[in-house]
Amino acid sequence: MSAPASPDIAPLLSLQGITKEFPGVRALSNVSLNIYPGRVTALVGENGAGKSTVVKILTGIYQPNAGDILVEGQPTLFATPQSAEGAGVTAIHQETVLFDQLSVAENIFLGHAPRDRFGLIDIGKMADSARRILAEIGARIDPSHKLQDLGTANKHLVAIARALSIDARVVIMDEPTAALSHKEIEELYDLVEELKAQGKAILFISHKFEEIFRIADFYTVYRDGRMVGEGPIAEITEPELVKLMVGRDVSQIFPERVHNIGDEILRVEGFEHPTEFAEIEFTLRKGEILGFYGLVGAGRSEFMQALFGVTRPSGGSVEIEGAPISIGSPADAVANGIVYVPEDRGRQGAIGALPIFQNVTLPSLAQTSRHGFLRLAEEFRRAREYTERLDLRAASLDTNVGDLSGGNQQKVVIAKWLATKPKIIILDEPTKGIDIGSKAAVHAFMAELAAQGLAVIMVSSEIPEVLGMCDRVIVMREGRMAAELTGADLRPETLIHHAAGIREANA
Amino acid sequence: MRRIVASREMLLLVAIALLLGLVSTRFPGFVEPANLVAVFNDTSPLILLAIGQMVVILTKCIDLSVAANLALSGMVAAMTNLAVPDAPIVAILLVATGFGTILGMINGVLVWKLDIPPIVVTLGTMTIFRGTIFLLTEGKWVNSHEMTHAFKAFPRTELLGLPVLAWAAVAVVVLFSVIMTRTTLGRAFYAVGGNPNAAAYVGIDVGRTKFWAFTISGGIAGLTGYLWVSRFAVAYVDIAGGFELDVVAACVIGGVSIMGGIGSVPGALLGALFLGVIKNALPVVNISPFWQLAISGGAIIIAVALNAQANRERGRIILKRAEHAA
Repeated sequence: MSAPASPDIAPLLSLQGITKEFPGVRALSNVSLNIYPGRVTALVGENGAGKSTVVKILTGIYQPNAGDILVEGQPTLFATPQSAEGAGVTAIHQETVLFDQLSVAENIFLGHAPRDRFGLIDIGKMADSARRILAEIGARIDPSHKLQDLGTANKHLVAIARALSIDARVVIMDEPTAALSHKEIEELYDLVEELKAQGKAILFISHKFEEIFRIADFYTVYRDGRMVGEGPIAEITEPELVKLMVGRDVSQIFPERVHNIGDEILRVEGFEHPTEFAEIEFTLRKGEILGFYGLVGAGRSEFMQALFGVTRPSGGSVEIEGAPISIGSPADAVANGIVYVPEDRGRQGAIGALPIFQNVTLPSLAQTSRHGFLRLAEEFRRAREYTERLDLRAASLDTNVGDLSGGNQQKVVIAKWLATKPKIIILDEPTKGIDIGSKAAVHAFMAELAAQGLAVIMVSSEIPEVLGMCDRVIVMREGRMAAELTGADLRPETLIHHAAGIREANA
Repeated sequence: MRRIVASREMLLLVAIALLLGLVSTRFPGFVEPANLVAVFNDTSPLILLAIGQMVVILTKCIDLSVAANLALSGMVAAMTNLAVPDAPIVAILLVATGFGTILGMINGVLVWKLDIPPIVVTLGTMTIFRGTIFLLTEGKWVNSHEMTHAFKAFPRTELLGLPVLAWAAVAVVVLFSVIMTRTTLGRAFYAVGGNPNAAAYVGIDVGRTKFWAFTISGGIAGLTGYLWVSRFAVAYVDIAGGFELDVVAACVIGGVSIMGGIGSVPGALLGALFLGVIKNALPVVNISPFWQLAISGGAIIIAVALNAQANRERGRIILKRAEHAA
C-alpha cells in the first residue's frame, strides 16, 4: 500500500481497514479510502472490484464486518442511511433513486422538509428553498414540476440539489455521466468544479479515463476487493492506472482447449437498433469460442437479445451455414439452432417453482411430447442425460430449481438449452455470481462443447475469463464494435483500452 | 416445494376430516353417505369454478368475472330453453359452454392484446356481463314453470348414485388433472406463472397462454351456468352474486399461490370442499351464518399465512449440505 496520498490536507472522510463479507464471498478485504474537502477523488476498478460495496458502506446501507469510518478523524458509525446522511454523506447514483410522481421540491426535501408551527410541511418555504438551491447550481427547473416531466440530465441536477439541501459535505457520484449527452456532461463538470469550490469532498466513480484525468485530484484503485493503489492523479499515467486495475495474479486455471475450428456457421451483417447498437458485423465458425468484451452498458447483451429474437433489430441480416434466416422470436432462434443462456438467471433463466426435469425439457417440449401430451419417461431420460453431462448433483430431478445453489441453477439453464441440440450457444456472463468450483465446471464444459464442434459466443466482463477461454474477442463500446482481437492482441491492456476508448500509449 | 404442497393437501384433508368428525358428534346424520353425496353435489359448482380459476391464477392473473359469466351463460341457456323448448340437452350444454367460452375469450384477448391488468379487465367484464343480463331480460326472471322438465331434470339425474351435477365436477377434476400434469399446455401455465421472462425465452407465448387460461375459466363458468340455473330452476340478474370471491377463496385455501406458478387440481378441489363442508355443516349444528363467514375468512387468512411461510425467501443456498437436503 502506498503512503498517505496528500499530507497537506486532512481527509474529511476516510475508511480504514474495511472488510465486508457476504456468505461465501469476501467483497472487501482490508480496504481504505480517503476523501478530501474541496477535492475530487476518483475510485477506479473493474466490475466486481468492490466499488459499489464501498458506496453502500459509505451511505449506511451495509455495515462493514471490520474497520473504521472516520469523519474528520473521529470514528463514526454509519448504522443506517439516516446516520450517514446526518454525517453529511450523500450519494448520487447512476440511476437516480428519486420519485417520479412527486414534484421537484418534494424530491429535494423528502424526509427533511421544512415544517410550519403545526408540524405540517411548509409548502411555500419548501418551494422557496428548492428554487434557491436549484439557482445555486445553475439549474433552470421549476420546483413545482413533477419529476417524471424532466429529462435524465435534469433529474441528475435534482439529485444534486437534494444532496446540497441536506448540507452534504461528502458527495458520492456513481458513474454520473453514464447516461448523459456530451453537452450535459460538460455542465456536470462545471457543477463538480462549483461543488469543489464550496469545499465539498467528492468521490467520483467512473470507467471513463478521460474524465478521471480531467476532473479528479486523487485516485484510488480497487481490484478484487482490495485497495491496490492511491495517490494524486498528477503522479500517474493512463497506462499505469490500467495496469493497477487489471494486473492480477493468474489465480484461475482454464481448461486445455482443443482448437478444432471448422466451417463458418454464423454470419451477421449490418445489425443495428435505433438506440442500443449499430454496425455489428462478424462471423462465427464451428468449434470456435468468440468473446464479447466491454464495459457494462456497452450494448453486448442488448445485441445478443436482438440476435435471439427477444427484441427486434431495425436492420441487418443473419446467415446460418450460408442460408439467410429471419428471427422474429426466441422460438425462431431455437428452431434455427441458436440458444441464449441469459445473464439474469433469476429473471430470464430458471423457473424456481418447477422441478429440475421440467426446467430442462421446457424448450424442447416439442420433442418430448406427442400431440400435446407429455411423455414423462422421455422427459426424465433427457433431463438425466443432460444434467449428468454437466455434472449436476441434486438429490433428485424432482427437486425444485429454486432449492438449488446458483451454480447448479446455472447448470440447469445450460442443460435445458443443450437439450435442444443447438448449433450456436450464446452464454451471457456464464459465471457471474457462481462459486469457483462451478465456474471451473462451466469453463470445462464450454471447452468440451467447442471441441465437439459447437460454436460458442461468450459475453463476459471478466478479463481473465475472456482471455482464458476465447479464440477471438470482439470488444464493444457504446453500442459499436470497437475492435476484433486475436492472437497476440489478446492482452488485458488492449481489452481495457478498446473498451474504455483510450489510445494505447505504448502502441 | 412438492413436499410442502403435498403436505398442504394432507393438511386440508385432515382439516376436512376433523370438521366432519366434530359435526358428527353433535349430528351423526351429517356423515352418512347420502348426506356426504349431497354436500359434494352442493359444492360442485364451487369445485368447477375453482378449477378454472386455478388455471387463471397459475398464470399470475385473476378472473373476477366468473360468477357474472355463470349468470349470463345460465340466462342464455334458460332463454334458449324458452325459445326452443324441443332443443336437446346436449344443445343447451353446448350453447352454455360455448357462450361462456366466448366470454372467457373476451377477457383473454383484453389481457393478451391490450395488456390491461387482469383484475381491471375482469372487474369491468363482471359488471358488463351482469348488465347484459339486465338488457336481455329487462330485469325479468325466468321461472321454474317456464322451463321444460328435461331442462330442469338434467343436473339432478342420478348415475351410479351421484347426480349429474356432481359427475360434472368429477369429470372436470379428472380432465384437468390430466391437462395440468400431462400436456404441454398445462406445463406452459406453470411456466408462464412461475417466471414469465424465462417462459418467453424458451419460446412460450406468454400472452396466448393467459388467453387460454381465461378461455378455460370462461368455458367452465358457462357450463356451470346452465347446471346452476337448471338446478335452482330460476334465472335472474343476480344469481351467484359475489360467488367469485368464494371461488378465489377456495383456490387460496387450496394452496394456489396468488403470485402464480404454484397450485394443483387436488389443491383447488380440497379448498372448495373445505368451504363446502363449512357452509353445509355449520347450520346443521346451529352455528349462526355470521360465524360461518368468520370461519371461512379465518381459513383464508390461515391459508395465505401458510402459503407465505412456504414461499418465503430462504436466502441463497450456499451450504452444499442444505442443497442436498432440499
